[in-house]
Amino acid sequence: MTPMLNRMIDFSPRRVGAMVQRYWYLLRSSWPRLLELIYWPAVQMLMWGFLQLYIVQNAGFFARAGGTFVGGVLLWDILFRGQLGFSISFLEEMWSRNMANLMISPLRPVEFVTALMVMSIVRLAIGMVPVSILAILFFGFNLYGLGLALAAFFANLILTSWSVGILVSGVVLRNGLGAEGLSWTIMFLFMPLACVYYPVATLPGWLQTIAWMLPPTYVFEGMRALLIGKVFRSDLMLEAFSLNIIFFVTSVLCFHGLLVSTRKHGSLLQAGE
Amino acid sequence: MSVCEEPAVRVDGLSKVYGTAKAVDGISFALRRGSLTGLLGGNGAGKTTTIAMILGLVTPSGGTVTVLGAQMPRQRYRVLHRVNFESPYVDMPMRLTVRQNLTVFAKLYGVEDVGARLARVAEEFDLTDLFDRPTGRLSAGQKTRVSLAKALLNHPDLLLLDEPTASLDPDTADWVRGRLERYCEQSGASVLLASHNMAEVERLCDRVIIMKRGRIEDDDAPARLLARYGRETLEQVFLDVARGRVETTAR
Repeated sequence: MTPMLNRMIDFSPRRVGAMVQRYWYLLRSSWPRLLELIYWPAVQMLMWGFLQLYIVQNAGFFARAGGTFVGGVLLWDILFRGQLGFSISFLEEMWSRNMANLMISPLRPVEFVTALMVMSIVRLAIGMVPVSILAILFFGFNLYGLGLALAAFFANLILTSWSVGILVSGVVLRNGLGAEGLSWTIMFLFMPLACVYYPVATLPGWLQTIAWMLPPTYVFEGMRALLIGKVFRSDLMLEAFSLNIIFFVTSVLCFHGLLVSTRKHGSLLQAGE
Repeated sequence: MSVCEEPAVRVDGLSKVYGTAKAVDGISFALRRGSLTGLLGGNGAGKTTTIAMILGLVTPSGGTVTVLGAQMPRQRYRVLHRVNFESPYVDMPMRLTVRQNLTVFAKLYGVEDVGARLARVAEEFDLTDLFDRPTGRLSAGQKTRVSLAKALLNHPDLLLLDEPTASLDPDTADWVRGRLERYCEQSGASVLLASHNMAEVERLCDRVIIMKRGRIEDDDAPARLLARYGRETLEQVFLDVARGRVETTAR
């Protein structure tokens, strides 16, 4: 049996469940953290929603573009909060200096990462579900009305958020909490390039080339096509998915390399300091 | 050599270099199954790095480590469920209660009946009253008891301890030593204990490895070390080694 096949068979849902349970204990032990999951997405959505309302009342074009701002905000939050949900669960281990305990346990890195991915969805759901209901109540924007398109948007955005989360976690593992800031800021690099609130055509030509290298660009462009042109661009979703596979595999390989380097560097025992 | 005769740990020519600094410099030893071995040495002697390499936390620069028949770190997942580690320098999540922390680790280690096992360790480590308190609100002694309970949750065949009684009051430290002694007697597990507490090592260990600047300076039973150095306590032996008085005493 090949070592790779061995590793796949050794994958234990029970160990993944134990880690998810651990993060759930943490989450429910602090109501400010729970509140924070809802607070920022709600503030963002309300601000952009009211701005959109104002523009709709004053410009003919934007009347047709109804929902693109609120939609952009909600989809952006899936991307941003998905990565943050992944990274914060990881950082909890660094903050509590628990990494050595995990790394000497039978928990495989792939199980650890799987638990972090599950928790990113749990945290996202806690924040996004109430906010998406607020969007319906305040602005009549029903995210769930996007139907299957929403599933495609969500799958692509969450894949990107996991890729970035995995990469950043590897960097923090290797370099310690000095690199923690990356977890909070790196996704904002995507914001102007992924064209969350404006079409890709707005960017200068050379930046458009870079923008099309990022999977979220396809999602936000697809959202505008759906909300303005009433067309679901499956071609854009497939291109985003292909890029996401490349992103995900690259980030997993980088994480593996950084973990190997961390073991060589000998910093796992002091992880967190 | 049969599986039973195979040492719990075999270290052969093990070294670790960080940049230009040699943390561990080509050490070799084997730990007999069921033995309780003390690893002594001053700060920076290489004890923690050695333990970390045995656990697979640190990749050696040279040499090999075999744990319960598995090459570390390559085959670590073959044996990690039979190994555990305790150190006051590695924490458990502070906001989780003792029960929550131990539940998670029991599941990670594949403990079968988690509820029954937790009830047992609560009794053994006198944790019943602390079970639903956040780990971060415990005293140093209580935290050590919880860490030790975590380290014994999976009935390890190999237990590595890094200064388990550091910063504990004499009463709690004595309680910890007693608990360790009982576990070893009952389970037949092998223990490697890094410590600065000479009395502790003298009481618990049937063998002592003394490290200095990444190398093994001496390796023998406590009684034989005392006899060879002509000293009354292990602390005096340790000071002889640490201050380079080996030539005039042991040799």
